[in-house]
Amino acid sequence: MDVLTDNFSTFGKGFVGTVELTVYASILALVLGFVMASFRVAPVGSFRAFGTAWVTVLRNTPLTLLFFAVLLGLPRFGLVLPFKVFAVIALGCYTSAFICEALRSGINTVPRGQGEAARSLGMTFGQTLSTVVLPQAFRSVIPPVGSTLIALAKNSAIAGAFSVTELLGTYKTLSELGYNIIWTFVWIAVGYLIITLAISAVFNVLEKRWGVAR
Amino acid sequence: MAVDPLIELRDVNKYYGKLHVLQDINLTVGKGEVVVVIGPSGSGKSTLCRTINRLETIQSGAIALDGQPLPEEGRALATLRADVGMVFQSFNLFAHKTVLQNVSLAPVKVRGRKKDDAERRSRELLDRVGLATQADKYPAQLSGGQQQRVAIARALAMEPKVMLFDEPTSALDPEMINEVLEVMQGLARDGMTMVVVTHEMGFARSAANRVVFMADGRIVEDRAPEDFFGNPESDRAKDFLSKILKH
Repeated sequence: MDVLTDNFSTFGKGFVGTVELTVYASILALVLGFVMASFRVAPVGSFRAFGTAWVTVLRNTPLTLLFFAVLLGLPRFGLVLPFKVFAVIALGCYTSAFICEALRSGINTVPRGQGEAARSLGMTFGQTLSTVVLPQAFRSVIPPVGSTLIALAKNSAIAGAFSVTELLGTYKTLSELGYNIIWTFVWIAVGYLIITLAISAVFNVLEKRWGVAR
Repeated sequence: MAVDPLIELRDVNKYYGKLHVLQDINLTVGKGEVVVVIGPSGSGKSTLCRTINRLETIQSGAIALDGQPLPEEGRALATLRADVGMVFQSFNLFAHKTVLQNVSLAPVKVRGRKKDDAERRSRELLDRVGLATQADKYPAQLSGGQQQRVAIARALAMEPKVMLFDEPTSALDPEMINEVLEVMQGLARDGMTMVVVTHEMGFARSAANRVVFMADGRIVEDRAPEDFFGNPESDRAKDFLSKILKH
């Protein structure tokens, strides 16, 4: 217990760091995933190809490798940003591929006739997607999107290896100070649980409110 | 023969892979005409109906609506589709919207009407199809016949120049077919231009100006209903009619 009470501010900083990474990367992943899912069902072939390439590359790259590529690669092209921003970009882009596929599977659960009816009324592709297809797809993608964001929260630990302040990284400081490593990890695990259970809770509420009625 | 052609198909061909589903289709529908398309399953009649607003693309030939050739996918096509009402076999009402929202959605989104105006007009249309009291229900709470009448009201809300019906009664219980056909008959009387793919021979006899008989992707006969039913020319049509009119 001493580990926590003595070092509350260290834990606190790490916790806030992980929360920030999770929130910002989630927003980026949701926005990009939404755009890419739209691309993948677009009537224009080049959009579909771009969306497919995006998903294939990002989903099949190990996240650590992607962190190296973003944090060490982008500065070589003259793009220098704080490591934290780089970490958000890497996490967000990586997760967007999974969000995209979850959304696309949701889109595929909406009967074809819904889109046809909307188009036959004169709605454009964008209107059909945003007012008819996605609101119905949304209901069935709540659980998989929740899982993906929980995975994102835990994946954020990799950022610690690139000297971004986050929860897992606090163990280095504390073990140097001679605290019991087991208890340190227990409290770190509790911190992650708080975050992931909070995400679960939010998605449970969303599902109750918007999920498919059975 | 039609004074003012609204739909023109010229030498239209369509393939699904190797299957030649529409073969050299030529068809003209004049303003105010009611054309009923009948034929055996797989004859291409639904596909023909769906090519008219480009829900199905064609490989060769030309389709024109009100003198304008069908544009490629995009905004121009959407604008043109707004003038072509379509009613589907499976209703395709928007499941997440109420009946009233189903009818008023496109007038607001596509025509840019004010919400109040669109809703007032939608209630009038629902009244016309006998469903004024169901406005706030969801499609799943209605019977098939009611859903199809909502679908007709939804199409009418766009004030289309022409209405396409793709087997509108095929998914309905027998006792619900009449309520839908009555609405369609009313539309025909009011002078709406209609293309109706159906198996309802009674409707073809009473409401159609012309009957188009299709088989194996071709138009075999295109005649007035009394001529077609009284004296079919082709063996294929005789065979078809003898099978369906026997019982």
